Order: sequence, then C-alpha cells, then structure tokens
Amino acid sequence: MDWAYLFEISLTGIAGGGLYALAALAFVMVYKATRVVNIAIGEMLMAGAYLFFTFASMLALPIWLAIPAAVLGAGVLGAVIERTMIRPLLGEPPISVFMVTVGLASVLVGLVEMIWTADQRRLPDFMPTQAIMVGDAFLAPKIFWGAVIAVVFIAAVLLVFRFWRGGVALRATASDQAAAYSMGINVPRVFSLAWVVSAMLAALSGIIVGSIGGISSTMGVFGLSVLVVVIVGGLDSVLGALVGGLFIGLVEALAGAYLGGEYKLLATFIVLVVILMIRPYGLFGTHEIERL
Amino acid sequence: MRIGTLKESYIADAALFDSRTQKTWLGIAAVLLVLFPFVASDYWLYLACLVCINVASATGLNILTGYTGLVSLGQAAFMGLGAYTVAIMQLRLGTPFLLNILAGGCVAMLGGLIVGIPSLRVKGLYLAIATIAASFITHFIFANTSFTGGTGGLTVPPASAFGVLLDTSFRLYWVIVPVTVLMLLGAANLFRTRVGRAFIAIRDRDISAEVLGIPLLRYKLLSFGLSSFYAGVAGGLWAYFFRVVTPESFPLLMSIFFLAAIIVGGMGTILGGILGAVFMTMVPELLKLVFDLLPNSTELTVFLSPVRTIIFGLLIIGFLVFEPHGLAEMWRRIRRFFHLWPFRN
Amino acid sequence: MENTPAGNPKTQPLLSVDGVTLAFGGVKALSGVSFDVAPGSITAVIGPNGAGKTSLFNTISGFYRPNNGSVHFKGQDITRLPAPKRARMGLGRSFQNIALFRGMTVLDNIKLGRHAHLKTNVLDALFYIGRARREEAELRADIEERIIDFLEIDHIRHAPVSALSYGLQKRVEMARALAMQPEILMLDEPVAGMNREETEDMARFILDVRAEWGVTVLMVEHDMGMVMDLSDHVVVLNFGQVIAQGDPAAVQADPEVIRAYLGSGDVGDLRRKLHAATGAV
Repeated sequence: MDWAYLFEISLTGIAGGGLYALAALAFVMVYKATRVVNIAIGEMLMAGAYLFFTFASMLALPIWLAIPAAVLGAGVLGAVIERTMIRPLLGEPPISVFMVTVGLASVLVGLVEMIWTADQRRLPDFMPTQAIMVGDAFLAPKIFWGAVIAVVFIAAVLLVFRFWRGGVALRATASDQAAAYSMGINVPRVFSLAWVVSAMLAALSGIIVGSIGGISSTMGVFGLSVLVVVIVGGLDSVLGALVGGLFIGLVEALAGAYLGGEYKLLATFIVLVVILMIRPYGLFGTHEIERL
Repeated sequence: MRIGTLKESYIADAALFDSRTQKTWLGIAAVLLVLFPFVASDYWLYLACLVCINVASATGLNILTGYTGLVSLGQAAFMGLGAYTVAIMQLRLGTPFLLNILAGGCVAMLGGLIVGIPSLRVKGLYLAIATIAASFITHFIFANTSFTGGTGGLTVPPASAFGVLLDTSFRLYWVIVPVTVLMLLGAANLFRTRVGRAFIAIRDRDISAEVLGIPLLRYKLLSFGLSSFYAGVAGGLWAYFFRVVTPESFPLLMSIFFLAAIIVGGMGTILGGILGAVFMTMVPELLKLVFDLLPNSTELTVFLSPVRTIIFGLLIIGFLVFEPHGLAEMWRRIRRFFHLWPFRN
Repeated sequence: MENTPAGNPKTQPLLSVDGVTLAFGGVKALSGVSFDVAPGSITAVIGPNGAGKTSLFNTISGFYRPNNGSVHFKGQDITRLPAPKRARMGLGRSFQNIALFRGMTVLDNIKLGRHAHLKTNVLDALFYIGRARREEAELRADIEERIIDFLEIDHIRHAPVSALSYGLQKRVEMARALAMQPEILMLDEPVAGMNREETEDMARFILDVRAEWGVTVLMVEHDMGMVMDLSDHVVVLNFGQVIAQGDPAAVQADPEVIRAYLGSGDVGDLRRKLHAATGAV
C-alpha cells in the first residue's frame, strides 16, 4: 500500500473538492432563498468560464480586469435569468421552475456552442506556477490556489449568513414568501440578489475549474457532481456544501487514481445511491415536516 | 359540454370517444392513416414513422411527468436500453420482432425500477438527478462493453414478418403505427381507472393520497416503470427503423427533446403527448429547411446543432412561462369557440 | 361513564388511542393522549388552536408515527401500519384544509376514495375491457346511488373541483371520505368557514351518515353548537394533552375546559356567560 501516493491523491482530491464546494454553495444560495432547484448550475459555471475567456483571451484584457468583468457579467446573467424565467413562475408548482432550469441549461449549452464553438479551449494562466509540496506529496499549484480561493469565498459567505440581517431575510423568503412580504422584506429583491450572487459564485468556480482543465461546451457535466454534492450535504446547507464538496472531491480523486478516469462519475453516482438510501435529506439538510 | 350527447349507461358515459362527431372524426383519421403510405413520398413516410416513435415515447414520459408529476431526464437512456436489447436479440438470436420489442420494453422497465427504487422514496426532484446519472451510466455501459458493440455500436438486421423483410419506411409503417396506436389507447385507458387516478393524485397532493389509501412508493414505481416500458418499446421501434444503434444515439439532449415535447404539447393530456411529439419532430426539419433557404447556407450548417439545442431550451422556457398547458390547451380554446359559435354573443 | 345512544358501553371500542406521544424535535404535539371511540357514536375532539387536534388525526391516519403509545382499530394494533392499509381497513378521512385533487373532476375525486378497495391492476387498466370496465361501472353506479344522491352534488359531478365554491368543495371532500367505505369517518373541521345554512346541512349529513350507513364519526370541530348538538362523547385537548372527556354537558361545565378556551378569570362568571351564549343548562 503506497501511503505516500494515497496521501498525494487524497490531498489533490480534497483540494479539488473545494471547487465543488464553491459551486455547491452557488446552488445552495438559490435553494435557500427561493426553494428553486437549479439543475443548470453546471452550465452557469460554464458561462462564467466562457465570459472570462472572452474578456481575457479574446479581448485581451489584463487578468485583474478580466476576472471581475466576467464575474459581474455572470451576475447580470443571473439577474436576467431570475427576472425572465424564474419570477414569472412564482406560485407555480416547483416542478415547473425545475423544468425551466432544464430548458435554461439547454439554452446555455447551445449559446456557448454557437458563439464559441464546441472546441475545447485553454484559459490564460493567472495563478502562481510554483509546485506546492506538502511533505513529499506534490499538489498541483492550480488546484491548491483554486482551493484557497474557494475556501476564502465559502468562509466569507458563511460569515455573511451568520451575522448579516440579510441572511435571515434569505431564509425567511425561502420558507414563506407571503409572511416574509408582510414582515417588510422586499421579496423580489431578495430573489434577484440570491440569483445574482449564485451566478457570480458559479462563475468564479467556473473560472478556476476552467483554468485547471480547460473549457468546453460539455463543462456542464461538472454540475452533475455538484448536484450529488448538494444532495449529500443537504440542499439548503452551506456547511453541507463544504463538507459534501470535499467528500465528493476525495471520492472522485480516489476513483480516478485507483480505478481509472472513466470511473469517477460512476463512483459519484454510487455515493448518490447510498446517500439516497440511508440519509436522503443529506448530512446537514433540514427535513421539512409536511402538514396534512 | 356538448349538446345532444345523452348517455344511457355508465359504461357508455365512460367511453373514450363518446359522441357521434368524435366517432366520425376517428373514422376519417383511420382511413387517412391507412391511405397515407400509398400516397406519401419516402421523406414523408420517414417522418411519419419518426413521429409515431416520438409519440410513443412522449406518451410514456407524459404518464410519468404530466400525470404523476415526476420529472425524468432519462427517457433517452431507457429508449437506448430498449434499442440495444432489440439490436442484440435480432442480431444474435434472430427472435421474432414483436418478442424483441416486448423484451426491449421489459429491459427498460427493469432499468427504470433500478433507478427508481432509491430515488423515489424521497421528493420527486431526486428522480430527475438519478435519471441524469442513469443517462451517463447507460452511455458508459454501451460504450465500454463488447457485448454491446462498444463505441461502434451495433447494426440491426431488419425485422421480418411472414417472410417479408421490414426494411423500408413503407413496410415499417404498418408495424410502427399500430403499435403506437395501441400504446396511446393503453395510456388513455389507464386514466379511466384507479391506477390513473392514483397517478394524478400523486401529482396534485401526494401526502394526502397516501392517507386516502394509495401506497406512494408502489405507485410512483409503477408510473416510472410504465413510462420506461413505453420508452423501451419506442427504442425498439427506433432500432428497427434506423437499423444502427450506437452509444451516441441516445444523448441527454434527446431526453430534453421529449421533455420539451410534453411541455409544448400539454402535460397531463393524451392529446398533448401527440401534439407535442409532432411539433418537436417537425422543429429540426423546419430548421433544416430554413437554413437551406438562407444565403451562405453551407457556412451556416455548423450552427444547425447549437441552434436546435437553444430552440429546445427556449420552447421549454417559453411554454412554461406563457402557455403552461401547451398546445392541447390552445386546441381546446379553439374547439370551445367553435362549439358555441352560433351563440357566441 | 358515557351513555352512547347507539352502542353498549361494554362493547369493545372501535378506535382506541392509548398514551400517544408525538414530538417534533423539542416540540411535543401530543402528550399521553388516551381515549376510546365507541362504535356507532359521534365523538368530537375540541380544543383551542394549536392544541394538537390535527396532529392527533394525522397520527391516527398513519401520516405521523407516534414516539410512544399505540392506536388500535377494530381490535388491531395499527400503530405501525402504513397509512394506505389503514384506509383499506375502513379508516376514512377528510382534511382541515380541503385536499381535493385539482387536476380531476368531482366524480374522479370521489372515485379515488374507493382506491384501496378496488382490484384493478395496471394490466387490467391498460386493456380496460374486462375487469377494469366492470369495476369502474360498478363503482360509478354505487357512488351515484349512495353518495352523490345522498350529498346532493349531482349537478356538479363533472365539474373540475377548482371551479367549485368552498362549501361545495367541502361536500365533495365528505363524498370522497364516504367513498372510502369507512367504518370510522374522521372529519377534520367539517363545517369550517360555512354559513348557518351550510352548517345545518352538514350536520344533517353527519347524522344521516351515522343512521343510514352505520358509520362511526370522529370529528375535530370548533363550532360549539355542532359539538353540543351532535356528539355523544367529547374529548378536549389543550397543549397536546387530554384535559377532559365525557358527554357534552359535563365537558362544557368543566372548569379546566373553560379556562383553556377563555383564559383564567372567574370561572362562575365565565360559565354563566357560556351558558347564556349556547342556551345550555
């Protein structure tokens, strides 16, 4: 048993899991505020990555300008999405909004293919390239710095939720819109905010993921692992997104290293089945008690 | 309500086609269906067969999503299971085609049960995610096992009936259309019985349904199994029609196609499944037509695929936002207008 | 000892709730609730809002599983029995907030009530001709003659339920509950939101159901007039506990009950006011 190798793989996996956690956070943000399951989370991640590509490579903006531009652009996209296809469906059964996000995923993939073609592209490097060594274990610098950025943002969001009034507002609008309205909470504004922030977090995650592995119109498959992450962690739990992300990152890295690259998704799906059988609401999710 | 439709027994009241006008239209439709292959060109025969296959699959998805309220993105994957089963049986065993198609349905149904058992115990959305997973897993299996022909896929020998090879659209028409009609009838019948009512109850208010005597997990599985069976049969027909099955034949986009079909057509009505499938089958054909007419058409063909993807998504979003009951509802409005026409004011 | 007009006090109770405790996290919805329902009686469960009445119904229906205690129906322990099986045994139910299925007509909603007693399976259903058609025709005949006629809803049988007024929807709920071929009919606030006339109609239906169908009735109700006039036995809940039970007059005079509803104050004064309002002794 090559412990050093195991350690190295695990390290890479956990660090990569940080990225899953960041994308999962984007998902949880929308679910917590609007109870909407956004199946297009992977595609929004892709959109952010392509926006960055446009600003950094095609328009040759400097990196320090391109990243904020891409993130802001994604925020605008999030606001547009919320206003045009989520808000009109307020009050409709949840599966309607869910299916709208399926349509959204399709539209985003099509747009990317149309504008930028389906070819794989590389993003310009912007992270330090020095190899990171933890003892004897090698950690790819991009993965390390990506994880660092992810953790910083996750911590920031956790703190915001904990201490800011808006965090409570977010949770209030999710559980009872009418009541939140009567408390003076501007429900549409909260909805918009949730989608904007979610899109920005997804974009950030996309930029990092794209920097590591390149971008393509099939990047959305990343979203599938993210969906498993939020199921494992709990659809409305920020902590769950973090723990779930690290866990799935670890599982995929181990599966990829010991079984082969094609088995990564398979391993993730096995985790999905197991969690659905033993703890369907996730590790930290709230089990809604329904009233008859 | 239509005037002049007096029923004299409860059985008559529950009939599917209950008025003289409806029966007449039905008769005309039957005659048209029989005459069609003799007057239609190859292209239109091809389209007709494709439409029927899509109607069959869309109806299956409608049972699950439109009537039971459970979203699935695995329709294509289950069609793939049916198609591969038919391909393998026809190629390696040479068994009669009806048996193969039935087997295809059963294999797909089994796949549905496997996917459904863990994911249907919780809220409906988990089924959607599990079906996406199933799409990837079936693709993985199809592409990586030699039994299924690997990435190259399998060539399907034509079906044969009474010594005649069913290798043209004309000949396949006479199998595909009746099978589709039977499947439509079955679905319509379903909703005249307690099984169909249970499905609708699960969609509208599942927690009350259980207290009223409907075992939820069992009926959700039943709905999913049935819709997978329909997909499997449609996939079997698909295999005999296109005569080649590869792992790329049933992508996730196809599942989205079927979801769009029932949303556009009208979820929760049999007519909706038909209208939606017809509409969605025509969309790529219409697109091709439009693209051919545009200048620089050769340069634009590369955009055909992404534009199609975008349009599927826009149709889903557009209909959900503006016309959630789909084309069937539009049709009902038109009909209502004509029913009351002389008395409109 | 209560004196039920339709039932010997010594008969085994049809429904028996025994020490039921139900807790959600730290909140105790029900605490050691015990009472019996005699066959053929009309029992009312009353109590202030939030007392746990609907939670009690949900526990008896099988929607909630109690942390402690047991529920017996027709002599059988049904505490762990899944809800659909309880429906099959004859536990019928209507809901506090109308739980009709909006995608179906009145007739289909009522037919759905019979689900647990029908035999059609999926293959029968797909082919329809044969068992399914026969069962459906029998069901339709039975519902028309016994339920639709009885509840006077024949004019709306094909209407989509979403188009009906509140009062009519409540009646359809009742019809669906009756279609369940219940031995005990659990009605959760059957006259909530109804005017005087509708309330009287419903009261008449409930009495007729007991007389013509032999159905035992267990109801949650706030309308004190209904409760006092109709019930043989009253159970009072407050904060998840039974604070009194017995025949209506005894319960009405119970100081604990008065305190629960009206708050503390001079009990004698409150009692006088209450008697003046309901015209009881």
